[in-house]
Amino acid sequence: MIINKDLVIVGAGPAGLAAAIEAKENGIEDILVVEREPVAGGILNQCIHDGFGIVKFNEALTGPEYARKYIDEAERLQIEIATNTMVQDISSNREVTTISPEGIRTYKAGAIILAMGCRERTRGAICIPGTRPAGVFTAGVAQNLVNIRNIMVGKKIVILGSGDIGLIMARRLTLEGAEVLAVVEKLPYSSGLQRNITQCLEDFGIPLLLSHTVTNIEGHERVKSVTVAKVNEKEDPVRGTSIKFDCDTLILSVGLIPENEVALNAGIILDNVTGGASVDENLQTSIPGIFACGNVLQVHDLVDYVSAEGELAAKSAVSYIKSIKTGEAEITVKAGKGIRYVLPQTISADKDITFSMRVTIPSKRKTIVFKDGEKQLKKKFFMALNPAEMVRIELKSHELKDIRGLEVYIDE
Amino acid sequence: MNKSREIVCIVCPNGCRMNVSYDENNKVTQVENASCKKGEEYAVNEIQCPKRSITSTVGVINGALPLVSVRTDKPVPKEKIAAALEEIRKIRLEAPVKFHQIIMNDLLETGAQLISTKEVARLEKM
Repeated sequence: MIINKDLVIVGAGPAGLAAAIEAKENGIEDILVVEREPVAGGILNQCIHDGFGIVKFNEALTGPEYARKYIDEAERLQIEIATNTMVQDISSNREVTTISPEGIRTYKAGAIILAMGCRERTRGAICIPGTRPAGVFTAGVAQNLVNIRNIMVGKKIVILGSGDIGLIMARRLTLEGAEVLAVVEKLPYSSGLQRNITQCLEDFGIPLLLSHTVTNIEGHERVKSVTVAKVNEKEDPVRGTSIKFDCDTLILSVGLIPENEVALNAGIILDNVTGGASVDENLQTSIPGIFACGNVLQVHDLVDYVSAEGELAAKSAVSYIKSIKTGEAEITVKAGKGIRYVLPQTISADKDITFSMRVTIPSKRKTIVFKDGEKQLKKKFFMALNPAEMVRIELKSHELKDIRGLEVYIDE
Repeated sequence: MNKSREIVCIVCPNGCRMNVSYDENNKVTQVENASCKKGEEYAVNEIQCPKRSITSTVGVINGALPLVSVRTDKPVPKEKIAAALEEIRKIRLEAPVKFHQIIMNDLLETGAQLISTKEVARLEKM
């Protein structure tokens, strides 16, 4: 039996919840949100630190508090959230197959919003040599164990990767009585937000070793030590620079990957750089009627923009369900010099568009330029640009009028 | 003698690098490069009495989850954080724990309340 739904949303984290609320408020009644965890809220539930919601609510909320605002609103609007339910398959004709303790179900959706979030890169993904003892965790797993399950992960800890979760965990584990010996970063700069370096490392005197990486893990039953070495410009370890840290735990905060397996199976075209779907300005993927938002589309540093993306995806899905015609996205947006990627990848340029992008390296006092051929459409000056911080720039429809191509680059 | 220090603002994700000038009594004379009022306030506090909000967890007995997340309702002086965590670690709550339930009043005479940031239901006995 196939159950019809106007809108199926995959994932009840911040992106999925914001999308569901926006769609309901725009008149879509028949919505199903599918969530594999027993509760809604996504990764926010384990992010007990504060700093969420400053852009959207002008206050520094903790993760659970931010999530609760949306969960309460979804409840008030009587949005159906199927928890403990996993999406097994999405087909290109918008059939969604789910598995839960109640069994297997198939839904036919008027539109689908992908909001599955991302997962962490592991030791295997970055090939750290050494033995395979217990005591090697990804930062998010450590966060779940410490903040949700009441399991302390170790006493003497080295953290590899200076992404925000790694920094947040350095502080959290210190506050819980562990000794964090060092945060080791392969790049010559941190990949986390500056304020997290200040309040998570400097506040506690935790050293940040830039241009260093872990070259070996030692120990049998449990981690006994890790070896760290300096790396050169090619990111290769330099002989004779090894430092051995006696520790029982290694935590990895080495990047996030959008969780797109069901999207790939559906035949959705992914972007090689972001790992998320390639989308137009309506956040529509290569399959009409399937939209993507949040960390499954591009990894964000601020949840506020995840919610905003969820709302945009919902508005677009509502238009699709109501058969409102949108322009053909025929213009390709190119990431030029100094820009790692820019979203959306294609546009029709008949409305205002907020472009989001990341730069390749940190720099100061630079201008980001949008151009069509040789014609400059918009310039925006930045005091500082940092790969850890997503840049968002809005172009008005009149600025995009009659363009044939679009390239975004950093002016030298 | 006037002194000055670079302070990275932690109020919002912009992370402004502010230059703060102050005299020997820690009276702030100038804050440069702050892009908002909150940042200026933070810079002044950082010179006179640096404060941080505490977020942590508290053990729950008979709860659907073993922990409830908590925070202080306002920042507390940095030097009291370690002692505050000692206190927080001693607490055990009986489920259910309500959202924004007050768990401790006037934590270590800082004037800050410790409040829960999620709710934990009571575990249904089989």
